[in-house]
Amino acid sequence: MAKKELWKGNEAMAEAAIRAGCDAYFGYPITPQSEIPEYMSLHMPQEGRVFLQAESEVATINYLYGAGGSGKRVMTSSSSLGVSLMQEGLSWLSGAEVPCVLLNCMRGGPGLGTIQPGQADYYQMTRGGASGDHHFVCLAPGNMQEAVDMIQESFDIADQYRNPCLIVVDGLIGQMMEPIEWHEVKKRDLPPKTWAADGRKGRAEHNVIKTIFVEPEDDNEFNEHLARKFEEMKKNEVRYEKTQCDDAEIVIVAYGTPARVSLSVVRKLRAQGVKVGLFRPQTIWPYPEEALHEVAAQDSVKRILCVEMSEGQMIDDVRLSVEGQKPIDFYGKAGGVVPTVEEIAEQVEKAVKEAVR
Amino acid sequence: MTVVYQKSKGLTDVELHYCPGCHHGIAHKLIAETLEEMNAIDTAVGVCPVGCSVFADKYFSCDMFNAAHGRAPAVATAIKRTHPDQPVFTYQGDGDLASIGAAEIVHAAARGEKITTIFINNAIYGMTGGQMAPTTLIGQKTTTSPLGRTVEQAGMPMRMAEMLSTLDGVAYAERVCLTDIPNLNKAKKAIKKAFQLQMEGAGFTFVEILSTCPTNWGFSPLDANKWLKENMVPYYPLGVVKDVTKEVAK
Amino acid sequence: MQREICIAGFGGQGALAIGKSIIEAGNEEGLHVTWTPSYGPEMRGGTANCSVVVSDEPIGSPVFEHPTELIVMNLPSLLKFEPKVVENGLVLVNSSVVTQKVSREDLTAYYIPCVEIADELGNQKVANMVMTGAYVAATHAVKPETVEEMIKEMFTGRKAKLVPMNIEAFHRGMECIK
Repeated sequence: MAKKELWKGNEAMAEAAIRAGCDAYFGYPITPQSEIPEYMSLHMPQEGRVFLQAESEVATINYLYGAGGSGKRVMTSSSSLGVSLMQEGLSWLSGAEVPCVLLNCMRGGPGLGTIQPGQADYYQMTRGGASGDHHFVCLAPGNMQEAVDMIQESFDIADQYRNPCLIVVDGLIGQMMEPIEWHEVKKRDLPPKTWAADGRKGRAEHNVIKTIFVEPEDDNEFNEHLARKFEEMKKNEVRYEKTQCDDAEIVIVAYGTPARVSLSVVRKLRAQGVKVGLFRPQTIWPYPEEALHEVAAQDSVKRILCVEMSEGQMIDDVRLSVEGQKPIDFYGKAGGVVPTVEEIAEQVEKAVKEAVR
Repeated sequence: MTVVYQKSKGLTDVELHYCPGCHHGIAHKLIAETLEEMNAIDTAVGVCPVGCSVFADKYFSCDMFNAAHGRAPAVATAIKRTHPDQPVFTYQGDGDLASIGAAEIVHAAARGEKITTIFINNAIYGMTGGQMAPTTLIGQKTTTSPLGRTVEQAGMPMRMAEMLSTLDGVAYAERVCLTDIPNLNKAKKAIKKAFQLQMEGAGFTFVEILSTCPTNWGFSPLDANKWLKENMVPYYPLGVVKDVTKEVAK
Repeated sequence: MQREICIAGFGGQGALAIGKSIIEAGNEEGLHVTWTPSYGPEMRGGTANCSVVVSDEPIGSPVFEHPTELIVMNLPSLLKFEPKVVENGLVLVNSSVVTQKVSREDLTAYYIPCVEIADELGNQKVANMVMTGAYVAATHAVKPETVEEMIKEMFTGRKAKLVPMNIEAFHRGMECIK
């Protein structure tokens, strides 16, 4: 086994992007992800690639439109309110089918909120704040190892579907240090970017990157094309992890850092004989609806407990997945507070008592 | 048979949608001819805006982007940074460049991005139906300044060529108009010089073209030309605002 | 076994660095480790603390409410975190700065004059290495040789001359634990 290397989350994620062949990085400083542009500013030029500190997040996402639309592998990273400023551009990237990778290292909100870790961007990432029908594969790594592996894959996902791919982590994953191993991530079979507007170079027709339609019928047809693409993503890209769900009476549903904390809860309570399991979505769009539905359908399962670092956003998808089969409890901490093992364990115990009643 | 004139290969066969008397078509032609003369149709990438020229991507035969409102300089910057040997230009109107996209144009200019921006200043929002622009003249009536623009309400019109020229990254800035053949020839020279300086790596290059909007101004094409000369030119003087090659020569 | 270590002090006292030394040594020995800073807008002089987990099993939560071990570099940190330490836990106090004693009787407490020792060695910056030595001696969480190797790897080139002083500081810290 290769020796594990200690990395800081943000720097490891930046390095992962470089290893994935990111040609150009554009970004604007914002805590808690500023180590990413800092790392990129030194290492991208060393690799002969492009780094540019943008004048704003509004400009940043449009840099991705330009460099991505001309066929390059592009990335930015930001945090919560910075990502809000990119929403219009995300709609354009989706509408022009320009691949890019956007990493959101989430903090507490709303507004300026706090710089501590949060998950209150679940709606922003999975539902979006921009106009039009669009979806993005939202990878939600639960620890640093998964984050660096997923980032390396995210560029392929973006290219495969000609669509932005989002990495959704909370600030804790960006700020913490942990040993990781550099895996060779399996490369996907990707078509050449014959659509890129990078100069005709002998091509018979000019390529155009745009989002505009004049005729409603044409736009409708394009939206149907996008919808088929989103169905493909739903079919191929759903990921989740189940921990001790098979005989569980209480199933915790959590992603990111709350899932990590919940893993400790499962270990602690299992040692005491409590039948608790953890269902962890690794993609929050597409959501592992069917898998969670099946878990909820198990005879053993009495209640579901959704844990988030928000006042409850993912719980909508939990409800849509469970479809009323079992009661759903919620526990959330917002504004940068991380729920503790003790707090979640208490919620599980409460759920156990409810289940017995 | 001798061919005395033909449409530039820099333009496609798509029919222009612009109003009669509008200068966009002439501006397109000059850019297309420049690309053709520079043998750049096969390498150039253009970025058109949101505004009347939103469909310019259909008219230019080089590869094109249509950018979100105001963001063309950011889009062009990224294309140029990842394709440093290819000519890249933006084509923007006054609402796009001087209002919603003020930050992007200023920073692209400040960084000395090696791109060329063609700025169409017609002192009004054309596509949305004649609203006030940052370049609308004092007293000029628009649908959002129905009694005429006042300094109290909207401040003075912005002279973008002069403003951007204060930035060290700008290599070349010239203001031209297209009202008659001598001015048209000057405009062509300015556009060509801007592209040439871009390819020489001199820095950010900028050509502001004073243009008419007969439809929204409420004039015939000829009267619009006259109005431009009598009203816009005194406030927006024609000529070279900045040329680093001349400064070096001095 | 799993150690959950809280390390706290003013910014600049090296609390975060002590944590990093522990996880680097732990990783070197093949243990599972995490290091999580409480990051704040203050760059200097504010409160800086980190949560470190060292375990022989894959780590779940990298943050915890009740540390098994507490290292405090200043008084506010002692006052804030002492009540949270697990029963019969361990507390290491930088006695150069903190004159108050640990009040709970169930806790094992050591008082390390980190700054005085560092001053004797000629550089206040090695105070955190003194504390690291004390921690290693008090817990045996990692082997002293591993930390020494790490110090040698940490300071190379022009900084190589700092190796003997840091190793000395580490040893002096270890000697504080009896």
